[in-house]
Amino acid sequence: MTFEVLNMSFALPEMFMLAMACIILLAVAFLGKNGASAAYGLSQLTLAVTAFLIYQSFGESGLTFDGTYIKDTFSDVLKFAICIINIAVLLYSTSYLKARDLFKGEYYVLAIFSTLGMMIMVSAAHFLTIYLGLELMSLCMYAMVAMHRDSMVSTEAAMKYFILGALASGMLLYGMSIIYGVTGSLEIATIAETIQSGGLDNTVLSFGIVFLVIGIGFKLGAVPFHMWLPDVYHGAPTAVTLFIATAPKIAAFAMAIRLLVDGLGDVQQHWQGMLIMLSVLSMILGNVVAIAQTNLKRMLAYSTISHVGFILLGILSGTQAGYAASMFYALVYALMSLGAFGMIILMSRQGFEADNIDDYKGLSSRNPWYALMMLILMFSMAGIPPLVGFYAKLTVIKSIVDINLMSVAIVAVLMSVIGAFYYLRIIKVMYFDKPIQQQQLQAPVDMKVMLSVNALSVFALGIFPGSLLAVCATVFS
Amino acid sequence: MFTDLPLLSLLIWLPVLGGLAVLLNGDNHWTRPLSLLVSVVTLLLSLGLYAGFDSATHQMQFVEQASWIATFNINYSLGIDGFSMPLIILTAFSTVIVVVAGWEVIQHKVSQYMAAFLIMAGLMIAVFAALDAILFYVFFEAMLIPLFLVIGIWGGPNRVYATIKFFLYTLFGSVFLLLALLYLHHVSGSFSILDFHDVSLSLQEQIYLFLAFLIAFAVKVPMWPVHTWLPDAHVEAPTGGSVILAAITLKIGGYGLLRFALPITPDASMALDWLVIGLSLTAVVYIGFVALAQSDLKKLIAYSSIAHMGFVTLGLFIIFRIFANDTGSSAAVLAVEGAMVQMISHGFIAAAMFLSVGVLYDRMHTREISAYGGVINTMPIFGGFAVFFAMANAGLPGTSGFVGEFMVILAAFNANFWFAFLAATTLILGAAYTLWMIKRVMFGEVENDNVAQLTDINRREFWMLASLAIIVLAIGLWPAPLTEVMHASVENLLSHVSQSKI
Repeated sequence: MTFEVLNMSFALPEMFMLAMACIILLAVAFLGKNGASAAYGLSQLTLAVTAFLIYQSFGESGLTFDGTYIKDTFSDVLKFAICIINIAVLLYSTSYLKARDLFKGEYYVLAIFSTLGMMIMVSAAHFLTIYLGLELMSLCMYAMVAMHRDSMVSTEAAMKYFILGALASGMLLYGMSIIYGVTGSLEIATIAETIQSGGLDNTVLSFGIVFLVIGIGFKLGAVPFHMWLPDVYHGAPTAVTLFIATAPKIAAFAMAIRLLVDGLGDVQQHWQGMLIMLSVLSMILGNVVAIAQTNLKRMLAYSTISHVGFILLGILSGTQAGYAASMFYALVYALMSLGAFGMIILMSRQGFEADNIDDYKGLSSRNPWYALMMLILMFSMAGIPPLVGFYAKLTVIKSIVDINLMSVAIVAVLMSVIGAFYYLRIIKVMYFDKPIQQQQLQAPVDMKVMLSVNALSVFALGIFPGSLLAVCATVFS
Repeated sequence: MFTDLPLLSLLIWLPVLGGLAVLLNGDNHWTRPLSLLVSVVTLLLSLGLYAGFDSATHQMQFVEQASWIATFNINYSLGIDGFSMPLIILTAFSTVIVVVAGWEVIQHKVSQYMAAFLIMAGLMIAVFAALDAILFYVFFEAMLIPLFLVIGIWGGPNRVYATIKFFLYTLFGSVFLLLALLYLHHVSGSFSILDFHDVSLSLQEQIYLFLAFLIAFAVKVPMWPVHTWLPDAHVEAPTGGSVILAAITLKIGGYGLLRFALPITPDASMALDWLVIGLSLTAVVYIGFVALAQSDLKKLIAYSSIAHMGFVTLGLFIIFRIFANDTGSSAAVLAVEGAMVQMISHGFIAAAMFLSVGVLYDRMHTREISAYGGVINTMPIFGGFAVFFAMANAGLPGTSGFVGEFMVILAAFNANFWFAFLAATTLILGAAYTLWMIKRVMFGEVENDNVAQLTDINRREFWMLASLAIIVLAIGLWPAPLTEVMHASVENLLSHVSQSKI
């Protein structure tokens, strides 16, 4: 009988984060009024140190906790990205929260716990671990959406999010239990082996896959499971929308890869068709409905739906290059979305939400630098070279062309043309319209610098996309 | 001397970085001289291409190669042949003209205006020099961003509609190009355009690819019936924007057909040449009539551009009929060279026409033909230039406008009499709409007080128009230097195209 020593070091970043989350919780409880500032500082420290720990142990890989937890380059890269993005998210949120009397320690506690949930999802090697991570992440986010207690819209959004999210979790669990029934295991690697050895009941298996795909679709926000997304993005305080719209998408992508590729990769033909439908519907609905929006947060919500459609393209291709392309897209999307919601926060001030498209009128005369930053972000989201959003679209479409799904590829490119229209409208408003208000920006310096770095990195990655693409390619090779 | 320098990279990045420098410098008295300096140095460097060009070979010259995105084997590879070299010089020249043309007129956000045109110049030179398909595509699309802003910020009253229409139209076309390029990579395993030339494809594949290329480049050219963005964009664009649109971006369409459609899908080009010829002749004849009916100066010139570009596409695609008639390859050479000459010549003439309209517009702030009359009485020097350029536009022998059209019509006789007949109607239609416009604007009695108060062109405008006039006349009288540099490339293209790839 072999005796396995628990290799705790593989989960060191998570354990550190958990410990710090508890410390932050205590700090908030004991420090009272000063708790929020302390929580903010400690959260940033936690994220930075966690990112450093991940970076330090980069390249080591293996299973731990009795085969429920995995550390590989895939998880390292994504967890690192999640930490870095959340550092920027917390930085952007702070001024917004302060201006609205929402600057409380709880926001940071929930954010850190939620980040922990994302990291667990990314590193899950077991259905239960995935579920635990997902619930930890989601429950924190439900609470964050409801943080603005007095706002009707926020409360409504939180209710919708909670009910639909719970429903999705239920679907996912049901799917997991069916797969367990067929394969007799909850460990992803064992499931993959069992499927590979054959002799399973394919009908029941695909029945289970349906529910898994529904769960994934909910979490990513793919049509027809997207209903919650515009309302939640619109209703939540912008700082929370920013949080929900960035890192959790990376986690949801990781969940899709863990479940579908790592676990069910051998029955790719069973889930490919479903993903094609989700993807095509998402691209069409997201892009077409976004045109009709006058609220920027809602527009970005529909644009998210369309981006999810593109992310799914790479996964459904079933090739290593396709998975790498999706990963690249998910990372790039998080970066662009971070910048776009960051801009809304930057433009907002006490008692004023800059979430209507008209609020951006004449931005280029009022503030040429940030108009340029927004221009970069919008062209990148539209997928116009030389910005990084183009390479994201290029790689996923390439993976589709390489498996000869030309019709899907044609839908994808046509939808990106339609999508270009509403991004262009933002640029039109900023550059071609006359300003209707003349207020100066009130954001602190650190936020301004971070946002510039954010947008310029979208530009720089567009000129030199090679290194990030190479990282994604090595993960899947 | 030039062989050691990475001349093409310099030509691309000097204006781009110069443009950024102008942008960062902001609006002050350095803005204009700095922009002029960057554009003039770019032009001088581009002449280095002509000096160092070996016209005996069809091989790519001034080749540069570096790895860019190693994961997909996408390279930063540049090189030029007889097709791209003249177009690069045309681009560099037009940029100088645009900077000079905007010297006094643009008072609002000058640094952004100049920067947009300088960056655009770099991007367009890169389009002509790129030998990697993705590199080509990146520059091909990136070019839209500055032009979108130029029309939208400095354009006329209906500029927003025009610029969004322009952007979406061209984007719509180019996404199919992207699909075609990805498919070719799937087949050939490389993104090099020259590798694409050698890959063998079935007729079915070729036809799909050809249609993708045709959509992408026909929108740019623009060919009837996807031309409708052009009159809108031209009318609303500031003078500089119109010049660049007419002189360069339209040429990218023709260049794309030369570089992609013909050599990669020769069999489909042959099978579908009736389509392109039909559309080209429609452009020449129908759009010629449409131009006749215009009451807006810029719209008239925009339509005349479409008609003139019809000759380019006609020249490129009648070669298959000439092959079929077996009348020797010299007629086919004539057709392709005619198309090329027409592109270059139209670049100069259309630029000059739009500049002339700009001169009038700056003084009168209207483009309506009916608002003018008898301008030559108050602006005699300008009147001389305007009449000269109008004659060139109508294809008067001795000007560059005549050479290209004549070569194409001559070649068309070897393809089919009726092609030549229809193409030759341009000699009547072109003369009709151009000269009638000149008559209404320039000649006759002084119509109104506004015209009576016009002042003649100043020194800046004089040299701007004079330099264009000299070039138009030079190409018209002695086109040999131009046709010589492209001769080897044309012959190579024809021998390549005449072999089936199936």
